[in-house]
Amino acid sequence: MSLITAHDLSKTYLKGETKVEALKGLSFEIEPASFVSFVGPSGSGKTTLLNLIGCLDKPTSGVLRVDDTDVSSLNTRPAAAFRGRKIGFIFQDFNLIPVLTVYENVGYPLLMVQNTPSRERKKRILSLLEAVGMAEKKNKYPDQISGGQKQRVAVARALVTNPKLVLADEPTANLDHKTAYMVIDIMKKMKNELGTTFIFSTHDQKIVGEAETIYTLEDGELAGREVNNV
Amino acid sequence: MFDLFKIAIRNLLRYRRRTLLTVSLVSIGVVSVLVFISISGSFKNMMIGQITDSFLGHLQIHKKGYVSSIDSLPLTLNLSPKALEKVEKAINEIPDVEAYSKRIKFGGMFSNFVETTNVRLNGVNPEDEVKTVPLLLSRIKEGAKTIRTGEVLVPELLAKGMKVKVGDTVVVIATNSNGSVNGKQFRVGGILESATGPGGRDGYIHIDDAAEILRMDTMAISEIAIRLKNFDKVHEVFDRLKGQLANELNKQGKPAFEVHTWEKLSPFYNIARMIDLMTFFVKLMLMAIVLISIMNVMVMAVYERIREIGTIAAIGTLPGKILAMFLIEGLSLGIFGAAVGTVLGVATISIVSMAKLTFDFGRQKGLLLSPSINIQDILLISMMVITVSVMASLQPAYKASRMNPIDALRHV
Ligand SMILES: Nc1ncnc2c1ncn2[C@@H]1O[C@H](COP(=O)(O)OP(=O)(O)OP(=O)(O)O)[C@@H](O)[C@H]1O
Ligand SMILES: [Mg+2]
Repeated sequence: MSLITAHDLSKTYLKGETKVEALKGLSFEIEPASFVSFVGPSGSGKTTLLNLIGCLDKPTSGVLRVDDTDVSSLNTRPAAAFRGRKIGFIFQDFNLIPVLTVYENVGYPLLMVQNTPSRERKKRILSLLEAVGMAEKKNKYPDQISGGQKQRVAVARALVTNPKLVLADEPTANLDHKTAYMVIDIMKKMKNELGTTFIFSTHDQKIVGEAETIYTLEDGELAGREVNNV
Repeated sequence: MFDLFKIAIRNLLRYRRRTLLTVSLVSIGVVSVLVFISISGSFKNMMIGQITDSFLGHLQIHKKGYVSSIDSLPLTLNLSPKALEKVEKAINEIPDVEAYSKRIKFGGMFSNFVETTNVRLNGVNPEDEVKTVPLLLSRIKEGAKTIRTGEVLVPELLAKGMKVKVGDTVVVIATNSNGSVNGKQFRVGGILESATGPGGRDGYIHIDDAAEILRMDTMAISEIAIRLKNFDKVHEVFDRLKGQLANELNKQGKPAFEVHTWEKLSPFYNIARMIDLMTFFVKLMLMAIVLISIMNVMVMAVYERIREIGTIAAIGTLPGKILAMFLIEGLSLGIFGAAVGTVLGVATISIVSMAKLTFDFGRQKGLLLSPSINIQDILLISMMVITVSVMASLQPAYKASRMNPIDALRHV
């Protein structure tokens, strides 16, 4: 059974009088434990699509099921609760909380969203910091580490609650090539270890090659699906 | 909860200068209010004490209509022995009464054999009077600290004007309620310092001398002054006395007696009320300062952290938790401000208290101001500051909790 099912998914923005059709009738399925990338030129609708899958926004029409939940109709609070339980987020600008240490940033979703008991919390945080190679920097604050290190911490934060799905909108756009590959490698490794589904968007053609399944978006429509054998 | 406080405090420390400024502003406000309350309060209490303890008493009872014509000291409105008996019975039933004093008040002529002027005199029983107005004796500037028969305590201004000294012989002449004039020689027993308010410049003689001058067959008392064990019970006792005496009607079917608290008898009450009103407005100003400064900081805090709010909201932090985060930040500011302000305020008050400030009021010189503040006032002010701080954070915190994560994340 697939983790994500989209059928005839559309999103139209109203910009004053003019309508912007950001997504036009997309249909696709994404299996559990897959490593998927959406590529396409600027304005093709990647962010819009990831926002819909991430329950941050509602589609204008069509069906969207994530882990057997119809997310197209979730209201603010249930949507927040769903995100907190099922989805991890990685952002282009890392978005770590500046007043929290690396350790506390990774622990944030457990503490503030899932109310995990402290023993369990400590175990999870340390094992993820270990996995992304940031254990020895756990007491540093975000402004004391590099961009690549920040994104590794962000990966650990996205995974700490053991979500079904991790969404990353252009996670490597602010990183140099070498660091970008390293972060993608870590994501891949975690996918293999934990069976988490990763969906990321990018317009970096070289990074795209790292994905198992590559969807190409053009002008709000699916223009291609490519499967890589890695 | 603990973690929310930790995050709030770290965020406050992140903008150290601004936090310091806000906390200083709030605490300066708290200090000013505490110092104002303590000084104005101690001034008020000391003045009330001065007035009630030096001549007025806490409560007074007269025959109905006496107070409204008190300027003429009408002997026709004195209490008959039967009426007096009823009043004394009512007073004696109240355990909160410490002491009471019966006074015969009258106006007469005062002569030093060269000049004559008019004088207002109280005929009192010295023991009762001193128990009822304990500061009376301390007002005797010259002469023995007592009131003996055959002696008169002369108010200082009168003594000065008439050039009489302790030991001089003077004559007091008065007309009694039947219109017959009588005079009596007195020795000046003491010179009496003036006190603030009507009655503060009256002279004193022994009650027996008063009865003699006025040729009373039976004592006709003008006024009964009452002192309570606990000043705070003045309204309680007032209600009780009034209730008990309300049933005593005169021939016209109206109440025969009137009871007044010091508030109705001394114009200082209006000054006291002004002080209370000023205190109220000073508190109101403090609340306005707290409201504006905390709200300002919290609006800034939310605005600066829109992307962070977007991040934690996207991750799945529920709106209630985001609301709580910002409320706790405002709460912490309020707590710091109140705490620092209280510490500094109490320190300032003890310094002022140790400095032994004195002031003059009317003809009373060198009154010692000993400002103090009670724990209730401190708690009340602190609670108000903290509550207003949370209230000031409500709107910004609510706004933060309602933010759409997509818009917030896109914010630059
Ligand atoms: N809130 C919005 N209101 C109006 N139009 C929007 C809004 N968000 C996106 N759009 C429009 O929808 C279209 C798709 O935008 P989207 O951000 O999804 O593209 P993208 O593929 O992520 O682009 P990029 O690579 O530049 O991030 C664009 O034409 C954009 O202008
Ligand atoms: Mg985008």
